[in-house]
Amino acid sequence: MTMTEKILARAAGRRAVEPGENVWVRADVLMTHDVCGPGTIGIFKREFGPTARVWDPDRVVLIPDHYIFTADEKAHRNVDILRAFAAEQGIPHLYDVGTPRYKGVCHVALPEGGHTRPGEVLLGTDSHTCTAGAFNEFATGIGNTDAAFVLGTGKLLLKVPATMRFVFDGEIPPYVLAKDLILHVIGDIGVDGATYRAMEFAGEAIMRLSMEERMTVCNMVIEAGAKNGIIACDETTRAFVRARTSRPFTEVANDPGARFLVERRYDARTLEPTVAKPHSPDNRALARELREVRLTRAYIGSCTGGKVSDFVSAARVLKGRRVAVDTFLVPSTTDVARALRTETIDGRPLLDIFRDAGCQISLDASCAACLGGPRDTFGRINGPEVCISTTNRNFPGRMGSKEGQVYLASPYTVAASAVTGRITDPRELLQ
Amino acid sequence: MTAIRGQVYVVGDNVDTDQIIPAEYLNLVPTIPEEYRKLGSYALSGLPRAAGEPPFVPAGATTTPYVIVVAGRNFGCGSSREHAPIALGAAGARAVVAESFARIFFRNCVATGELYPVETPERIVDAFRTGDEAVLDLDASTLTNARTGATFTLRPLGDAGPVIAAGGLFEYARKTGMIPGTRPA
Repeated sequence: MTMTEKILARAAGRRAVEPGENVWVRADVLMTHDVCGPGTIGIFKREFGPTARVWDPDRVVLIPDHYIFTADEKAHRNVDILRAFAAEQGIPHLYDVGTPRYKGVCHVALPEGGHTRPGEVLLGTDSHTCTAGAFNEFATGIGNTDAAFVLGTGKLLLKVPATMRFVFDGEIPPYVLAKDLILHVIGDIGVDGATYRAMEFAGEAIMRLSMEERMTVCNMVIEAGAKNGIIACDETTRAFVRARTSRPFTEVANDPGARFLVERRYDARTLEPTVAKPHSPDNRALARELREVRLTRAYIGSCTGGKVSDFVSAARVLKGRRVAVDTFLVPSTTDVARALRTETIDGRPLLDIFRDAGCQISLDASCAACLGGPRDTFGRINGPEVCISTTNRNFPGRMGSKEGQVYLASPYTVAASAVTGRITDPRELLQ
Repeated sequence: MTAIRGQVYVVGDNVDTDQIIPAEYLNLVPTIPEEYRKLGSYALSGLPRAAGEPPFVPAGATTTPYVIVVAGRNFGCGSSREHAPIALGAAGARAVVAESFARIFFRNCVATGELYPVETPERIVDAFRTGDEAVLDLDASTLTNARTGATFTLRPLGDAGPVIAAGGLFEYARKTGMIPGTRPA
């Protein structure tokens, strides 16, 4: 069996499962947020009764992150619904707004809080829940109805996905980031190239990546339609997880006879800075092919491109330079926001580097303009802007206005492009 | 099962959930009846339209005249928001007939019972125009364009069939003994 099959077999209480089988799987963690949590709770109460109890309060994680820093009253009401539910059910894991526990973007907050562990099943009411596959677990996005079912029973009927394996040999060049790698793969297989499949990433180049970079790779498998992404467990994984939780876990590895639907091999040394053009994540080009594209803004943030290492990468390019277009920066979590003050390059804090460069920085960690959001969201596209962004999607209207055009790229490429005002291969600026 | 008869609304490939229900409306909670209806009024409002193309929900209306959406590949890709099939269902659509669906959208249709997600083995978007009368016969697994007389065969519902037949995930789970009894009063 593959890693994905082994996790699902274990969670189903079975010795083995086959791709295509439908099995009832036990969830280790259910995550929901302010946008889908209220509807999930509504269905839970409708179907199980007003006095129903969740199956295990310690396995439910509530992370308000989408619409937090807005004047929208319904958005505030939705956070109140999460609060009331946590209190009523005795759920300890509520990362509440306005408290020191508040974190921000759920897919980065989950690992920070020690909720991502090898071998487990993580279900979340958000399509980018697949990010956690970086931690050698099965993690996938589900709807409100499925989530309400899990809240009541701790189980869900899942179809076992066949695995597509992507092997990257060699070392990634220093000007290439995980974002370039996953945009390259999505460009190869298309936005429905992995529908109903698991995507496994392997090879020397993958196992050399930091945890955050592995998260970037798994984060975007949904952009190829995949059910989950997964990476083997190694010392990088174990060290990260053990530093954040004392819960025991059982990692998984592919069996010697594991069967893959396809296996694609890449030479990581040949990867180049890659961009997804409007209006689809698979509309691939190389950054150096797009130097004629004039930009009106740049954006660095989100679960995909708003982690500490993403800001470190951006700062390497921006240090000692000025941006030529409006450049919006939003840390994904409060830990990342703090790191902007404590992480330094040549002794200079990232925050100072960004301020010197003329960036517009919000220290209010959240999903912010990655998905547009309420009209008053920081960095939201409200007109015919041409934006280069470290986020994950560029379908029409994704960051706000339908008139906007969004190019997806790595933090290096976004920062380099912000400096020149046109799409720029970061090799032109990286020393 | 049933036949669904009415006007179709034709869209292309990769219509994602932001086009089906733009994120600015995700402050609405689908289980609150008034907000459920409001979601319906915004269905497909994120879809870019060519000049002269009618909106899915007419200006000032809260429901759609189109009961069947005809789509290309990968309908419903993007986010896992259940607001997407709910918005279409709340607007009055009953089915989406597409060449293929994104996984989570398809599953959310099945789990909620809001919409029939039906796949076709061939591309049909060029055989329909928005406003055509059509008949979707779920027993015979066919979609017929009343304007042209052309009939298209649908793919079987597969694993989703028993769940749809039971009326959604909760009813299926009750029927198969995964959860006890009936829905609480």
